[in-house]
Amino acid sequence: MTLRVTLRAKAPIPLDLTFAVGPGELLALVGPSGSGKTTTLRTIAGFWRPETARVEAAGIRWLDTEAGVCLPTHRRRVGLVFQDYALFPHLTAAQNVATSLGDLPRRARLREAEHLLQRVHLNGLGHRRPADLSGGQKQRVALARALARRPDVLLLDEPFSAVDRATRERLYGEIIALRSDLEMPVVLVTHDVNEAQLLADRMLVIDRGRVVRDGTTAEVMADADALRAMGIREAAVMLPAMVAEHLDDGLTRLDAATGPLFLPRIDGAPGTGVRVRIMAHDVILSRARPQGLSAQNILGGTVTRIVPGAGPGVLVHVAVGEHEILARITRRAAADLGLQPGDPVHAILKSMSVARDHVARAADDAGGGGLG
Amino acid sequence: MDWQALWLSLSLAAWTVAILLPVSILFGRLLATRTFRGKGVLEGLVMLPLVLPPTVFGFYLLVTLGRNSPIGAAWQGLFGHQLVFSFEGLVVASVIFNLPFAIQPAQRAFEAIPTSLREAAAASGLRPLSALLRIELPLAWPGVMTAMVLTFAHTLGEFGIVLMVGGAIPGETKTIAIAIYDRVQAFNMRSAATMSSVLVAISLFTIAATFALSARMGRKLDR
Repeated sequence: MTLRVTLRAKAPIPLDLTFAVGPGELLALVGPSGSGKTTTLRTIAGFWRPETARVEAAGIRWLDTEAGVCLPTHRRRVGLVFQDYALFPHLTAAQNVATSLGDLPRRARLREAEHLLQRVHLNGLGHRRPADLSGGQKQRVALARALARRPDVLLLDEPFSAVDRATRERLYGEIIALRSDLEMPVVLVTHDVNEAQLLADRMLVIDRGRVVRDGTTAEVMADADALRAMGIREAAVMLPAMVAEHLDDGLTRLDAATGPLFLPRIDGAPGTGVRVRIMAHDVILSRARPQGLSAQNILGGTVTRIVPGAGPGVLVHVAVGEHEILARITRRAAADLGLQPGDPVHAILKSMSVARDHVARAADDAGGGGLG
Repeated sequence: MDWQALWLSLSLAAWTVAILLPVSILFGRLLATRTFRGKGVLEGLVMLPLVLPPTVFGFYLLVTLGRNSPIGAAWQGLFGHQLVFSFEGLVVASVIFNLPFAIQPAQRAFEAIPTSLREAAAASGLRPLSALLRIELPLAWPGVMTAMVLTFAHTLGEFGIVLMVGGAIPGETKTIAIAIYDRVQAFNMRSAATMSSVLVAISLFTIAATFALSARMGRKLDR
């Protein structure tokens, strides 16, 4: 069940890209607005037909402009979650979900719809109309409706941008929890790099209709070209860790391979696996192990690479155990420290600099419906 | 009280509504969702009956549908009587001059449905006809309903075009509006007053019933 996409177009924006997404894989399409992310998604869904394009899902040709093949949307098995939910306002939540269950006998539809609503933790809300649901609940209904289609491709179009931050964190958890059951390729369109890094296996960075970088999330997030397209401020790594202890002073101690990390209170029982996004611009480097410093997290490592940026900064890759941390410091600072690949160095991270929504539960621990 | 004229008016209005209901839905939706060459011209043509004096419009209809026109000649050949000065001719004229009332409100209602809802219906696997019946029509229904009420009420009251195309043949083309005019001409003010008040009552009832019905549907949507 693989999705293969090739498209070329001159208008409305120039496009020239090719990519594939494997079964169960989540690919994030990332790029500035106007880069072609949404047009790509709309081509897969069948709402847009570029001059030259090929879309193949689960071995079925959905679109092949050269062969003159173009299946209308209703004949493509595509699950779609819209930015603005796009729920049918005159139908209840369960009826909304049942709309996608046209293959089932009429009587089985509502039962299956209720079952799907349970899967997204909306038990007992099936009789409500969209107007009586919160933003997060609406998006869960939309997700259930998309899954009800038993899609060969699941498309998520900026699905978290219309909800508040706390809801968004919970929805991230929801997606991570659902991921293990999903066998189809998933394409997430987002302008939020944090979201992409938290959720995606692979990232495709697009700029002005062209692929800047296509690779695993870790590869892309350390790539200079990709970072230039996304904005260098987004440079960050994901560090796997485990909740060790909730301390009395409101901090949570995490055990990471790189050593203990102290972060503001993170939900989850001790033993819960999490992934923490550490922004490169929050990391300070020091040659000597610092004394008398307020920062709580000091990780010893080795410089592996120093990548100069376009501006006054450099991106220093530091190997800490088997993981890598990125530090964005000025060219001047790097020169003052005389940093060279192979040098021992200490990476310092301020506890308070890790935002709550930069922590996600690890996939295999996400059974409980996410954080919070 | 000319019951025959009242009955004629009501059946003319009913026929007009019956014919214009599908036209209203299909054209309203087409104009709301598609862009094509000549769309502006088409929209302008649909609105034309609204700006032309009824007598002018009626005159052109009389010429177009008359015995010497291709349409009128074809009708005469098929049915053996002429189209103008007949009930069928009145229905044709009524359908044409009600186009703006039938299409405009429906078009606005279909325009108000977000594109993403149409796309969501397709992505849910609904075929175009199912999507229209199950998603779009329930949402656009208040607009379509308004269109039909306007058409009905407007047909009951139309005078100039009916007189030009139909004349005032009792039982065939003499509608209540024309009957009222006749009575006034004959200084039979009491009879004219009775008929006028019946017409007012029917119009008020129709509009009140529709608003009550759409309000109920609206509540259903908001709930």
